[in-house]
Amino acid sequence: MKKTVNLTINGRSVTAEVEPRTHLADFLRDDQRLTGTHLGCEHGVCGACTVIMDGEPVRSCINFAVACDGTDVRTIEDFDDDELMAHLRQAFTEEHGLQCGYCTPGMLIMARDIIARLPDADESRIRLELSGNLCRCTGYVGIVRAIRRVLAERKEVASV
Amino acid sequence: MKAAKFDYERPADLDGALRLLGGGGDVYAKVLAGGQSLGPMLNLRLAQPGLLVDVTRIPELTRVEDDGEALVLGACVTHAMIEDGKVPDVTGGALPSVAGAIAYRGVRNRGTIGGSVAHADPAADWPTALSALGAEAVVRGPSGSRTVPVSEFIVGVFETVMGEDEILEAIRIPKLSADARWGYYKVCRKPGEFADAIGAVLVDAEHSVHRLVIGATNAAPVTIADAAEVLGGNGVPGASFDLDAARRLVDGADTNLDDMERHIHAVALKRAVEQVAK
Repeated sequence: MKKTVNLTINGRSVTAEVEPRTHLADFLRDDQRLTGTHLGCEHGVCGACTVIMDGEPVRSCINFAVACDGTDVRTIEDFDDDELMAHLRQAFTEEHGLQCGYCTPGMLIMARDIIARLPDADESRIRLELSGNLCRCTGYVGIVRAIRRVLAERKEVASV
Repeated sequence: MKAAKFDYERPADLDGALRLLGGGGDVYAKVLAGGQSLGPMLNLRLAQPGLLVDVTRIPELTRVEDDGEALVLGACVTHAMIEDGKVPDVTGGALPSVAGAIAYRGVRNRGTIGGSVAHADPAADWPTALSALGAEAVVRGPSGSRTVPVSEFIVGVFETVMGEDEILEAIRIPKLSADARWGYYKVCRKPGEFADAIGAVLVDAEHSVHRLVIGATNAAPVTIADAAEVLGGNGVPGASFDLDAARRLVDGADTNLDDMERHIHAVALKRAVEQVAK
Protein backbone atom coordinates (compact mmCIF):
# COMPACT_ATOMS: atom_id res chain seq x y z
CA MET A 1 0.00 0.00 0.00
CA LYS A 2 1.34 3.43 -0.93
CA LYS A 3 2.29 5.91 1.77
CA THR A 4 2.41 9.69 1.71
CA VAL A 5 5.78 11.34 2.29
CA ASN A 6 6.57 15.00 2.79
CA LEU A 7 10.17 15.98 2.40
CA THR A 8 12.35 18.80 1.15
CA ILE A 9 14.36 18.09 -1.98
CA ASN A 10 16.87 20.69 -3.10
CA GLY A 11 15.00 23.36 -1.20
CA ARG A 12 11.63 22.40 -2.65
CA SER A 13 8.78 21.03 -0.56
CA VAL A 14 7.67 17.71 -2.04
CA THR A 15 4.64 15.60 -1.21
CA ALA A 16 4.33 12.24 -2.91
CA GLU A 17 2.72 8.84 -2.72
CA VAL A 18 5.38 6.13 -2.60
CA GLU A 19 5.46 2.39 -2.33
CA PRO A 20 7.40 1.51 0.82
CA ARG A 21 9.84 -0.60 -1.19
CA THR A 22 10.92 2.32 -3.39
CA HIS A 23 14.35 3.40 -2.28
CA LEU A 24 15.27 7.06 -2.14
CA ALA A 25 17.50 6.90 -5.23
CA ASP A 26 14.72 5.49 -7.43
CA PHE A 27 12.35 8.07 -6.00
CA LEU A 28 14.78 10.89 -6.83
CA ARG A 29 15.55 9.62 -10.31
CA ASP A 30 12.26 8.17 -11.54
CA ASP A 31 9.71 10.23 -9.65
CA GLN A 32 11.53 13.54 -9.23
CA ARG A 33 13.55 13.27 -12.48
CA LEU A 34 16.75 14.17 -10.64
CA THR A 35 19.04 11.85 -12.56
CA GLY A 36 22.27 13.39 -11.28
CA THR A 37 22.19 10.78 -8.51
CA HIS A 38 23.66 7.61 -9.99
CA LEU A 39 22.94 4.01 -9.06
CA GLY A 40 25.78 1.52 -9.15
CA CYS A 41 25.52 -1.49 -6.90
CA GLU A 42 22.18 -0.82 -5.20
CA HIS A 43 23.30 -2.48 -2.01
CA GLY A 44 25.29 0.17 -0.24
CA VAL A 45 28.80 -0.69 -1.42
CA CYS A 46 29.79 1.62 -4.30
CA GLY A 47 28.79 5.07 -3.03
CA ALA A 48 27.63 6.39 -6.44
CA CYS A 49 24.18 7.21 -5.03
CA THR A 50 25.43 9.27 -2.08
CA VAL A 51 23.25 12.32 -1.35
CA ILE A 52 23.05 14.75 1.57
CA MET A 53 20.27 14.14 4.09
CA ASP A 54 19.86 16.61 6.94
CA GLY A 55 23.39 17.84 6.28
CA GLU A 56 25.08 14.45 6.20
CA PRO A 57 26.04 12.10 3.37
CA VAL A 58 23.89 8.97 3.13
CA ARG A 59 23.41 6.22 0.55
CA SER A 60 20.15 6.76 -1.23
CA CYS A 61 19.94 3.17 -2.51
CA ILE A 62 19.57 1.57 0.92
CA ASN A 63 17.29 4.19 2.48
CA PHE A 64 13.66 3.87 1.53
CA ALA A 65 11.88 7.03 0.44
CA VAL A 66 9.04 6.35 2.87
CA ALA A 67 11.53 6.45 5.77
CA CYS A 68 12.84 9.85 4.63
CA ASP A 69 9.60 11.60 5.55
CA GLY A 70 10.35 15.03 7.03
CA THR A 71 14.00 15.08 6.01
CA ASP A 72 15.91 17.64 3.97
CA VAL A 73 17.57 15.98 0.97
CA ARG A 74 20.13 17.62 -1.30
CA THR A 75 21.25 15.96 -4.51
CA ILE A 76 24.17 16.92 -6.75
CA GLU A 77 21.82 19.20 -8.74
CA ASP A 78 21.48 21.48 -5.71
CA PHE A 79 25.17 22.38 -5.62
CA ASP A 80 25.41 24.41 -8.84
CA ASP A 81 25.86 27.65 -6.92
CA ASP A 82 27.72 26.18 -3.96
CA GLU A 83 31.10 27.85 -3.63
CA LEU A 84 32.92 24.83 -2.20
CA MET A 85 31.42 22.49 -4.80
CA ALA A 86 32.47 24.88 -7.58
CA HIS A 87 36.00 24.75 -6.22
CA LEU A 88 35.87 20.93 -6.20
CA ARG A 89 34.45 20.75 -9.74
CA GLN A 90 37.33 22.89 -10.98
CA ALA A 91 39.90 20.75 -9.16
CA PHE A 92 38.32 17.48 -10.40
CA THR A 93 38.53 18.83 -13.96
CA GLU A 94 42.13 19.98 -13.70
CA GLU A 95 43.46 16.97 -11.76
CA HIS A 96 41.70 14.30 -13.86
CA GLY A 97 39.35 13.42 -11.03
CA LEU A 98 36.92 11.78 -13.40
CA GLN A 99 36.79 9.94 -16.69
CA CYS A 100 33.44 8.27 -17.38
CA GLY A 101 31.73 10.31 -14.68
CA TYR A 102 29.61 7.53 -13.22
CA CYS A 103 30.99 7.77 -9.70
CA THR A 104 31.42 11.55 -9.83
CA PRO A 105 28.17 12.74 -8.18
CA GLY A 106 28.84 10.49 -5.18
CA MET A 107 32.53 11.40 -5.16
CA LEU A 108 31.77 15.13 -5.14
CA ILE A 109 29.18 14.82 -2.36
CA MET A 110 31.65 12.80 -0.28
CA ALA A 111 34.59 15.06 -1.11
CA ARG A 112 32.64 18.09 0.03
CA ASP A 113 31.80 16.36 3.31
CA ILE A 114 35.45 15.42 3.87
CA ILE A 115 36.59 19.01 3.32
CA ALA A 116 33.90 20.45 5.60
CA ARG A 117 34.35 17.86 8.35
CA LEU A 118 38.10 17.22 8.21
CA PRO A 119 39.93 20.39 7.12
CA ASP A 120 43.27 18.90 8.25
CA ALA A 121 42.92 15.57 6.45
CA ASP A 122 46.14 14.27 4.90
CA GLU A 123 46.33 11.94 1.92
CA SER A 124 45.91 8.71 3.88
CA ARG A 125 42.89 10.09 5.74
CA ILE A 126 41.33 11.24 2.46
CA ARG A 127 41.83 7.77 1.00
CA LEU A 128 40.32 6.17 4.10
CA GLU A 129 37.29 8.47 4.01
CA LEU A 130 36.85 7.79 0.28
CA SER A 131 37.02 4.02 0.72
CA GLY A 132 33.26 3.76 0.43
CA ASN A 133 33.18 5.34 -3.04
CA LEU A 134 34.32 3.16 -5.91
CA CYS A 135 35.85 4.55 -9.11
CA ARG A 136 36.77 2.21 -11.95
CA CYS A 137 38.53 4.75 -14.20
CA THR A 138 40.94 6.98 -12.38
CA GLY A 139 42.69 4.73 -9.89
CA TYR A 140 41.70 7.42 -7.37
CA VAL A 141 44.97 9.33 -7.85
CA GLY A 142 43.33 12.29 -9.57
CA ILE A 143 40.41 12.35 -7.15
CA VAL A 144 42.67 12.38 -4.10
CA ARG A 145 44.86 15.04 -5.70
CA ALA A 146 41.81 17.21 -6.41
CA ILE A 147 40.63 17.01 -2.80
CA ARG A 148 44.11 17.72 -1.44
CA ARG A 149 44.35 20.73 -3.73
CA VAL A 150 41.06 22.18 -2.55
CA LEU A 151 42.03 21.61 1.08
CA ALA A 152 45.39 23.32 0.55
CA GLU A 153 43.95 26.26 -1.38
CA ARG A 154 41.27 26.86 1.22
CA LYS A 155 43.88 26.80 3.96
CA GLU A 156 45.95 29.34 2.06
CA VAL A 157 42.96 31.65 1.72
CA ALA A 158 42.09 31.20 5.39
CA SER A 159 45.60 32.11 6.54
CA VAL A 160 45.83 35.31 4.46
CA MET B 1 18.17 -5.04 -6.80
CA LYS B 2 14.66 -3.98 -5.92
CA ALA B 3 13.06 -5.09 -2.69
CA ALA B 4 9.98 -7.28 -2.71
CA LYS B 5 6.79 -5.58 -1.55
CA PHE B 6 6.41 -4.78 2.11
CA ASP B 7 4.27 -2.57 4.30
CA TYR B 8 5.79 0.15 6.43
CA GLU B 9 4.82 1.63 9.78
CA ARG B 10 6.57 4.24 11.89
CA PRO B 11 5.20 3.99 15.42
CA ALA B 12 5.55 7.03 17.68
CA ASP B 13 6.61 5.11 20.76
CA LEU B 14 7.97 1.79 21.97
CA ASP B 15 4.57 0.44 22.99
CA GLY B 16 3.28 1.12 19.50
CA ALA B 17 6.25 -0.74 18.01
CA LEU B 18 5.69 -3.71 20.34
CA ARG B 19 2.01 -3.84 19.36
CA LEU B 20 2.95 -3.96 15.66
CA LEU B 21 5.50 -6.71 16.24
CA GLY B 22 3.24 -8.78 18.45
CA GLY B 23 -0.05 -8.40 16.65
CA GLY B 24 0.88 -9.41 13.13
CA GLY B 25 -0.64 -12.87 12.90
CA ASP B 26 0.76 -14.29 9.67
CA VAL B 27 2.71 -11.13 8.79
CA TYR B 28 6.46 -11.44 9.19
CA ALA B 29 7.58 -8.13 10.66
CA LYS B 30 11.14 -6.82 10.81
CA VAL B 31 12.37 -3.89 12.87
CA LEU B 32 14.06 -1.15 10.80
CA ALA B 33 16.63 0.56 13.03
CA GLY B 34 18.73 2.39 10.43
CA GLY B 35 18.55 -0.22 7.72
CA GLN B 36 22.16 -0.13 6.61
CA SER B 37 22.30 -3.94 6.65
CA LEU B 38 18.61 -4.65 6.24
CA GLY B 39 18.35 -2.24 3.26
CA PRO B 40 20.86 -4.23 1.17
CA MET B 41 19.26 -7.51 2.28
CA LEU B 42 15.85 -6.24 1.19
CA ASN B 43 17.22 -5.00 -2.14
CA LEU B 44 18.88 -8.38 -2.71
CA ARG B 45 15.66 -10.09 -1.56
CA LEU B 46 17.59 -12.06 1.03
CA ALA B 47 14.99 -10.71 3.47
CA GLN B 48 11.33 -10.51 2.44
CA PRO B 49 9.35 -9.33 5.44
CA GLY B 50 5.70 -8.37 5.07
CA LEU B 51 6.06 -5.36 7.35
CA LEU B 52 8.88 -3.00 8.32
CA VAL B 53 8.51 -1.35 11.71
CA ASP B 54 10.67 1.79 11.57
CA VAL B 55 11.79 2.56 15.14
CA THR B 56 14.39 5.23 14.34
CA ARG B 57 12.18 8.18 15.34
CA ILE B 58 11.10 6.76 18.71
CA PRO B 59 12.48 9.20 21.30
CA GLU B 60 13.05 6.46 23.92
CA LEU B 61 15.44 4.75 21.50
CA THR B 62 17.72 7.73 20.94
CA ARG B 63 18.17 8.69 24.57
CA VAL B 64 21.62 8.76 26.14
CA GLU B 65 21.92 8.33 29.90
CA ASP B 66 24.59 7.94 32.53
CA ASP B 67 23.29 5.67 35.28
CA GLY B 68 26.36 6.10 37.46
CA GLU B 69 28.03 2.80 36.66
CA ALA B 70 27.36 2.68 32.96
CA LEU B 71 26.51 4.63 29.84
CA VAL B 72 23.11 3.69 28.45
CA LEU B 73 22.77 4.28 24.72
CA GLY B 74 19.37 4.00 23.10
CA ALA B 75 19.35 1.38 20.36
CA CYS B 76 18.98 4.00 17.61
CA VAL B 77 22.07 6.04 18.46
CA THR B 78 24.08 6.14 15.23
CA HIS B 79 27.67 5.04 14.74
CA ALA B 80 28.51 8.58 13.57
CA MET B 81 27.22 10.09 16.84
CA ILE B 82 29.57 7.81 18.76
CA GLU B 83 32.43 8.46 16.32
CA ASP B 84 32.01 12.23 16.64
CA GLY B 85 31.87 12.24 20.44
CA LYS B 86 28.25 13.40 20.52
CA VAL B 87 27.66 10.85 23.26
CA PRO B 88 29.93 10.59 26.31
CA ASP B 89 32.79 8.11 26.07
CA VAL B 90 33.20 5.95 29.19
CA THR B 91 35.70 3.58 27.60
CA GLY B 92 38.88 5.63 27.18
CA GLY B 93 38.43 5.95 23.45
CA ALA B 94 37.35 2.39 22.63
CA LEU B 95 33.79 3.30 21.62
CA PRO B 96 34.62 6.12 19.17
CA SER B 97 37.51 4.21 17.62
CA VAL B 98 35.33 1.16 16.94
CA ALA B 99 32.45 3.34 15.67
CA GLY B 100 34.72 5.30 13.33
CA ALA B 101 35.93 2.16 11.56
CA ILE B 102 32.50 0.72 10.80
CA ALA B 103 31.77 0.60 7.07
CA TYR B 104 31.82 4.13 5.57
CA ARG B 105 30.71 7.56 6.74
CA GLY B 106 27.56 7.45 4.62
CA VAL B 107 26.61 4.22 6.38
CA ARG B 108 27.66 5.41 9.84
CA ASN B 109 25.34 8.41 9.53
CA ARG B 110 22.30 6.11 9.43
CA GLY B 111 23.39 2.80 10.94
CA THR B 112 22.72 2.32 14.65
CA ILE B 113 24.38 0.48 17.52
CA GLY B 114 21.21 -1.40 18.46
CA GLY B 115 20.45 -2.27 14.87
CA SER B 116 23.90 -3.78 14.48
CA VAL B 117 23.64 -5.85 17.68
CA ALA B 118 20.10 -7.06 16.92
CA HIS B 119 21.08 -7.91 13.34
CA ALA B 120 23.79 -10.17 14.84
CA ASP B 121 26.02 -10.39 11.80
CA PRO B 122 29.17 -12.03 13.18
CA ALA B 123 31.35 -9.91 10.88
CA ALA B 124 29.99 -6.62 12.26
CA ASP B 125 32.00 -4.65 14.82
CA TRP B 126 29.57 -4.04 17.70
CA PRO B 127 28.77 -7.67 18.57
CA THR B 128 32.47 -8.35 19.20
CA ALA B 129 33.45 -4.95 20.63
CA LEU B 130 30.50 -4.76 23.04
CA SER B 131 31.03 -8.35 24.18
CA ALA B 132 34.61 -7.43 25.02
CA LEU B 133 33.52 -4.27 26.83
CA GLY B 134 31.12 -6.28 28.99
CA ALA B 135 28.08 -4.40 27.67
CA GLU B 136 24.50 -5.49 28.21
CA ALA B 137 21.51 -5.50 25.90
CA VAL B 138 18.29 -4.10 27.37
CA VAL B 139 15.41 -5.95 25.72
CA ARG B 140 11.79 -4.79 25.92
CA GLY B 141 8.90 -7.15 25.33
CA PRO B 142 5.16 -7.18 25.98
CA SER B 143 5.73 -8.29 29.56
CA GLY B 144 8.50 -5.83 30.43
CA SER B 145 12.26 -5.42 30.23
CA ARG B 146 15.11 -7.85 30.63
CA THR B 147 18.83 -7.38 30.50
CA VAL B 148 21.18 -9.81 28.76
CA PRO B 149 24.98 -9.54 28.39
CA VAL B 150 25.78 -8.86 24.71
CA SER B 151 28.09 -11.90 24.85
CA GLU B 152 25.03 -14.08 25.55
CA PHE B 153 22.56 -12.04 23.49
CA ILE B 154 23.93 -13.30 20.17
CA VAL B 155 23.64 -17.08 19.92
CA GLY B 156 24.53 -17.68 16.29
CA VAL B 157 24.84 -16.19 12.83
CA PHE B 158 22.03 -13.58 12.57
CA GLU B 159 20.50 -15.18 15.65
CA THR B 160 19.75 -13.65 19.04
CA VAL B 161 17.87 -14.58 22.21
CA MET B 162 15.08 -12.12 21.34
CA GLY B 163 11.59 -13.33 20.58
CA GLU B 164 9.71 -11.99 17.55
CA ASP B 165 7.64 -9.74 19.84
CA GLU B 166 10.67 -8.14 21.52
CA ILE B 167 12.77 -5.08 20.70
CA LEU B 168 16.33 -4.22 21.63
CA GLU B 169 15.81 -0.99 23.56
CA ALA B 170 19.29 0.05 24.67
CA ILE B 171 22.90 -0.95 25.15
CA ARG B 172 24.40 -0.51 28.60
CA ILE B 173 28.16 0.00 28.54
CA PRO B 174 30.00 -0.19 31.88
CA LYS B 175 32.45 2.60 32.67
CA LEU B 176 36.06 1.51 32.52
CA SER B 177 38.62 2.53 35.10
CA ALA B 178 41.23 5.10 34.08
CA ASP B 179 44.01 2.55 33.60
CA ALA B 180 41.95 0.05 31.61
CA ARG B 181 43.64 -1.18 28.43
CA TRP B 182 41.77 -1.87 25.21
CA GLY B 183 42.96 -3.71 22.13
CA TYR B 184 40.99 -4.21 18.93
CA TYR B 185 42.23 -5.54 15.62
CA LYS B 186 40.12 -6.12 12.56
CA VAL B 187 41.27 -7.94 9.42
CA CYS B 188 39.57 -6.54 6.31
CA ARG B 189 40.42 -6.91 2.64
CA LYS B 190 39.58 -3.23 2.23
CA PRO B 191 38.77 -0.51 4.80
CA GLY B 192 35.08 -0.49 5.62
CA GLU B 193 34.30 -3.98 4.45
CA PHE B 194 32.91 -6.59 6.77
CA ALA B 195 35.70 -8.16 8.77
CA ASP B 196 37.37 -11.47 7.96
CA ALA B 197 38.50 -11.68 11.57
CA ILE B 198 38.33 -9.53 14.71
CA GLY B 199 40.31 -9.83 17.92
CA ALA B 200 39.31 -7.77 20.96
CA VAL B 201 40.76 -7.57 24.44
CA LEU B 202 39.90 -5.61 27.55
CA VAL B 203 42.16 -5.57 30.59
CA ASP B 204 40.71 -3.57 33.45
CA ALA B 205 42.66 -4.77 36.47
CA GLU B 206 40.81 -2.49 38.90
CA HIS B 207 37.57 -4.27 38.02
CA SER B 208 39.31 -7.68 37.73
CA VAL B 209 38.47 -7.88 34.03
CA HIS B 210 40.72 -9.82 31.63
CA ARG B 211 38.47 -10.52 28.66
CA LEU B 212 39.23 -11.71 25.13
CA VAL B 213 36.80 -12.00 22.24
CA ILE B 214 37.24 -13.85 18.95
CA GLY B 215 34.91 -12.18 16.49
CA ALA B 216 33.86 -12.37 12.84
CA THR B 217 33.72 -16.15 13.02
CA ASN B 218 31.11 -18.36 11.36
CA ALA B 219 29.26 -18.45 14.69
CA ALA B 220 28.49 -16.09 17.55
CA PRO B 221 31.49 -14.10 18.87
CA VAL B 222 33.45 -16.22 21.34
CA THR B 223 34.02 -14.47 24.66
CA ILE B 224 36.80 -15.74 26.90
CA ALA B 225 35.75 -14.03 30.12
CA ASP B 226 38.58 -15.19 32.35
CA ALA B 227 41.73 -14.68 30.32
CA ALA B 228 43.95 -13.46 33.18
CA GLU B 229 46.16 -16.52 33.12
CA VAL B 230 46.65 -16.68 29.36
CA LEU B 231 47.39 -12.94 29.35
CA GLY B 232 50.19 -13.46 31.83
CA GLY B 233 48.72 -12.94 35.29
CA ASN B 234 49.86 -9.85 37.13
CA GLY B 235 52.71 -8.75 34.88
CA VAL B 236 52.34 -6.54 31.81
CA PRO B 237 49.20 -7.99 30.27
CA GLY B 238 49.86 -9.85 27.07
CA ALA B 239 53.65 -9.58 27.12
CA SER B 240 54.05 -13.35 26.74
CA PHE B 241 51.00 -13.87 24.51
CA ASP B 242 52.31 -15.17 21.20
CA LEU B 243 50.73 -16.54 18.03
CA ASP B 244 50.76 -20.09 19.39
CA ALA B 245 48.86 -18.99 22.48
CA ALA B 246 46.34 -17.17 20.29
CA ARG B 247 45.99 -20.17 17.99
CA ARG B 248 45.33 -22.51 20.93
CA LEU B 249 42.47 -20.25 22.05
CA VAL B 250 41.01 -20.07 18.54
CA ASP B 251 41.33 -23.84 18.06
CA GLY B 252 39.57 -24.43 21.35
CA ALA B 253 36.64 -22.16 20.52
CA ASP B 254 33.40 -22.90 18.72
CA THR B 255 34.05 -20.84 15.59
CA ASN B 256 33.11 -23.09 12.66
CA LEU B 257 36.24 -21.92 10.83
CA ASP B 258 38.65 -23.80 8.59
CA ASP B 259 42.39 -24.02 9.22
CA MET B 260 43.38 -20.92 7.24
CA GLU B 261 40.59 -18.86 8.80
CA ARG B 262 41.62 -19.95 12.28
CA HIS B 263 45.13 -18.73 11.51
CA ILE B 264 43.80 -15.29 10.49
CA HIS B 265 41.75 -15.12 13.69
CA ALA B 266 44.79 -16.05 15.76
CA VAL B 267 46.73 -13.22 14.10
CA ALA B 268 43.91 -10.74 14.79
CA LEU B 269 43.77 -11.81 18.44
CA LYS B 270 47.54 -11.58 18.84
CA ARG B 271 47.61 -8.09 17.32
CA ALA B 272 44.78 -6.94 19.59
CA VAL B 273 46.69 -8.20 22.62
CA GLU B 274 49.85 -6.44 21.39
CA GLN B 275 47.94 -3.17 21.71
CA VAL B 276 47.33 -3.71 25.44
CA ALA B 277 50.88 -4.97 26.00
CA LYS B 278 52.42 -1.71 24.80
